[in-house]
Amino acid sequence: MIHILVHDKKDTVGVIVVEGIKAGQELTGWVMEDDSTINVKALNDVPIGHKVALKDISNGDTVIKYGFDIGKAVAAIKRGEHAHVHNMKTKRW
Amino acid sequence: MISAKTTFQGYRRENGRVGVRNHVIILPVDDLSNSAAEAVANNVKGTLAIPHPYGRLQFGADLDLHFRTLIGAGSNPNVAAVIVICIEEGWAKKVVDGIARTGKPVTGFGIELHGDHDTILRASKVAKEYVQWASELQRVECPINDLWVSTKCGESDTTSGCGSNPTVGSAFDKLEPLGVTMCFGETTEITGGENIVADRCATPQVREQWMKVFNRYQEVINRHKTSDLSESQPTKGNIAGGLTTIEEKALGNIQKIGKKCKVIGVMDKAETPTRPGLWFMDSSSAAAEMVTLCAASGYVVHLFPTGQGNVIGNPILPVIKLTANPRTARTMTEHIDYDCSGLLQRQKNLDQTGDELIQVMLRTCNGRLTAAEALGHREFVLTRLYESA
Repeated sequence: MIHILVHDKKDTVGVIVVEGIKAGQELTGWVMEDDSTINVKALNDVPIGHKVALKDISNGDTVIKYGFDIGKAVAAIKRGEHAHVHNMKTKRW
Repeated sequence: MISAKTTFQGYRRENGRVGVRNHVIILPVDDLSNSAAEAVANNVKGTLAIPHPYGRLQFGADLDLHFRTLIGAGSNPNVAAVIVICIEEGWAKKVVDGIARTGKPVTGFGIELHGDHDTILRASKVAKEYVQWASELQRVECPINDLWVSTKCGESDTTSGCGSNPTVGSAFDKLEPLGVTMCFGETTEITGGENIVADRCATPQVREQWMKVFNRYQEVINRHKTSDLSESQPTKGNIAGGLTTIEEKALGNIQKIGKKCKVIGVMDKAETPTRPGLWFMDSSSAAAEMVTLCAASGYVVHLFPTGQGNVIGNPILPVIKLTANPRTARTMTEHIDYDCSGLLQRQKNLDQTGDELIQVMLRTCNGRLTAAEALGHREFVLTRLYESA
């Protein structure tokens, strides 16, 4: 089963694509760009459609998805941690 | 598999354009005329009133857009004939004259000096003639390049960018070489992906036009904003679905234009494209506003990917909903025309889902009602540019 979908090899976050992910669960990720597989341990319960960090991200770092800049971290985000509005923010507006 | 030889069954109108529905609409020019329009639609079965809240004391570019949208909606080839009702006869005539350029039957009525009762009586008599005439029109076989297809996504989540938006993109990549006329829009929702769209523009002139409309809309946001627009763009629903920033939403959004399609032109709101290919329409990202503008531009079928489950429809333009979110497909089944959630588990690829979406689209064009049509979703929402006088 694929738990995480990753668009691009450069991405620092991936999307949870199944329901009911619990903290501590070992997750399998599919990198669409090169059809490779990655493994990440979930640090939180994460709802379907939400993101987890694929590497440790420092406060202020640019977050990459689709191979592009989707905003910045406003707190440190550990690999496997839920990444969303509580620790990320737009660079626009 | 779709090819240049693919056909669908449509209604060929007086001006040569092809529709996939055969509506007789009762179109109020202003809010005051809604009651009479709805009464006519109640009197004459098979007609469709299109009420809306505007049309009084608008001026300048906002008024021009109002007329362009109403005339465009009436001129849409999904419409066989039109009754126009206005509080007075002058502006009714303006809308009638605009729609009459298509050659389709259209008659206007003013309420002043008559009252609602007499207006409803006179309009109902004509509406009955129109609906009986329209009921005898036959669908004919039409080549695929007679089709005009628009797209806009709504209540997106991260699965939109993973699955349903790229499925529309795959379909668009297949339709573009066949001479289909297409459009996308949602100007502010490309914030963060504006350079990707710029690189897809067919010529330097189109690129310049695109950046001009993009930057203009950014100025509107910057002039009026009181925050970073969180909960508006992305919406509360987007955030619930896992989308965090406008940049992330934008990069998912533009998956709808596929990997190959070139942007051949930039249109203002409710303008009509002048040749086949993919157009960008400067427009709001609010679902009903954007889909209404697509109907006014003359598009006859709409592809609407959703993540969390937007339920929108349109009175004139059939809205086909697709989702890649397995939870939405399960919990909102009655709204979903095509479930492409298999993409997320690698059970299907985009080539397959693009083909399957095109098949759903062709069945819709041939007459199958969309989920939104069956559920009675008829959101007709006019875009306003500024305050009334």
